[in-house]
Amino acid sequence: MTAGPVGLLPRLMGPSSGREATTLSGEPTAGHSRTRRVVQFVLFLAAILVIWELVKLLGGVPWRPIGAGPGAPLVWDPPFRWAFANDLNLPHWWNILWFLGQPVQRGSDESLVAFLAGAAFYTWREAAIGFVAGTLLGLVLATVFIHSRLLERAFVPYVVASQTIPIVALAPMIVFAVGPNVTSVVIIATYLTFFPVTIAMIRGLRSPDPRALELMRSYAATRFDTYRKVRLPASLPYLFTALKIAATASIVGAIIGEGPGGIPDGLGRAIINFNQYYITGPEKLWGAILVSALLGIVFFAIIRVLELVVLRGRSDGTAA
Amino acid sequence: MTAPTSTVVRIIGVDKTFIRDGAAATTALSGISLDVARGEFVSLIGPSGCGKSTLLRVIGDLIAPTAGTVEVNGKAADQARRDRDYGMVFQAPVLFDWRTVEDNVKLPLELMGYDAARRTARAREMLDLVELGDFLKHHPYQLSGGMQQRVAIARALAFEPAILLMDEPFGALDEMTRERMNQEVLRIWEATGTTIVFVTHSIPEAVFLSSRVVVMSARPGRITDVIDVDLERPRGIATREEPRYFELVTAVREALRRGGGGTDSDTVASVDRTAAEGGIA
Repeated sequence: MTAGPVGLLPRLMGPSSGREATTLSGEPTAGHSRTRRVVQFVLFLAAILVIWELVKLLGGVPWRPIGAGPGAPLVWDPPFRWAFANDLNLPHWWNILWFLGQPVQRGSDESLVAFLAGAAFYTWREAAIGFVAGTLLGLVLATVFIHSRLLERAFVPYVVASQTIPIVALAPMIVFAVGPNVTSVVIIATYLTFFPVTIAMIRGLRSPDPRALELMRSYAATRFDTYRKVRLPASLPYLFTALKIAATASIVGAIIGEGPGGIPDGLGRAIINFNQYYITGPEKLWGAILVSALLGIVFFAIIRVLELVVLRGRSDGTAA
Repeated sequence: MTAPTSTVVRIIGVDKTFIRDGAAATTALSGISLDVARGEFVSLIGPSGCGKSTLLRVIGDLIAPTAGTVEVNGKAADQARRDRDYGMVFQAPVLFDWRTVEDNVKLPLELMGYDAARRTARAREMLDLVELGDFLKHHPYQLSGGMQQRVAIARALAFEPAILLMDEPFGALDEMTRERMNQEVLRIWEATGTTIVFVTHSIPEAVFLSSRVVVMSARPGRITDVIDVDLERPRGIATREEPRYFELVTAVREALRRGGGGTDSDTVASVDRTAAEGGIA
């Protein structure tokens, strides 16, 4: 079950990356298929980037050198003019990368990527606190619900209803109630996190075979013993599935919450700012989106690594 | 009322009626009375739906009877359960994936407050008994069905319960593995002296293993016959070829047929199938 950094990467990615493959003849192909998965990932990414530029090659606006202003000489004049492929809707990806290396503002000595990384870390801390709080809340709710049909019937509809309220409508209300500070952002992240955990854990804590519960009864085990020794361990695969959803949801929640929350230091404000200056520099917003997506992926990957460690040794422990 | 010390299980006039919302009540057990002596091996046999598994669960206090009493070691069944008098083995091994074989056997010992050294010693002793001493660190899914069931037996015996309740433990195994497991369970029974109540729908299995075979019939589930099995012990491969063995198999089959000649053709069919198995052996 030991996977180096290279081995882990493909296992984090595909649903097919469960147990190491073995050919029908029984020949182990673990190392080979691991390399193959990395190669596949790189090739697929390269293909996207090539198609991206092919579209611009055919139907974009005239190409100019990287970072050059409107007056610079033409490098290529595409035969068609497709609106979706102009530099506003679909900037050259190398321009996005180039902008990431440029100062965040004229005269600033901080690059865009450094600024975004700092903002991402700030947002991640808010999201992570909300994630932990939401996970605990979800665990508590699910534990209560599986022990009381009455409370389950009474409250689960509200748990579900809570998630049908658009978060953009709810966020300002939370900010109004709690005040424009980090706490309100954390609450919003919590709000988006507790739901998948609650629903998955109701299922997971009920997942043991009825005979496993009979067995525990025959041992005269207490409810707490049954919970600790059977229900909770049996629910962990469900928990991790929920945590992977919650990880990305908490980041979306934190980013959305930062706007009305008036938090200047996170990705949310950066996205709002770059949105306002989109006409003059769409690459900056694309950069912010790229960093937001990477943040979600990194958080997801952290949970995935945790999952691999915690579920190590189970028959289904390595399934993504 | 205190039962004599030689009686481990005393069942008096047990009825069990299941009531489901919007459906007619089902009488699963009716007027069941049975005593099981210390060290006895008693099989409950009958067609599907005759309540044999329900009776086992009533003995083990997993289900409360609607009427009647169950005493184990002179105590009410629920007190016996609290005193950890029962070892349970189900048709599925019900092992926990996240625990190794050894840790699965240790589970009841953890709940019962054995210290770590004693847990390890007991678990290894039991796994040696079922001849799985080389598989301590394996996970259940790495073992075959028969091996998993042996782990379940080791786990059930680890805390030395007064009585072992087995609910069709080998029903999911192939015929050859089942016969091997029958031999195994007899060896364990003889080594430990545990009282066993064993639910099965296999006539040869019931005759081969038991000191007494309790024949049940369906709708409502009741005891129609009790057949003493006087085959010599220790029993082995040769036992299955003795004339007396065939006589007893025939006796159980006929008792089942008499009891099963009810209204439900389904029940009759399943008795016939069971009887046919007996004929092959």
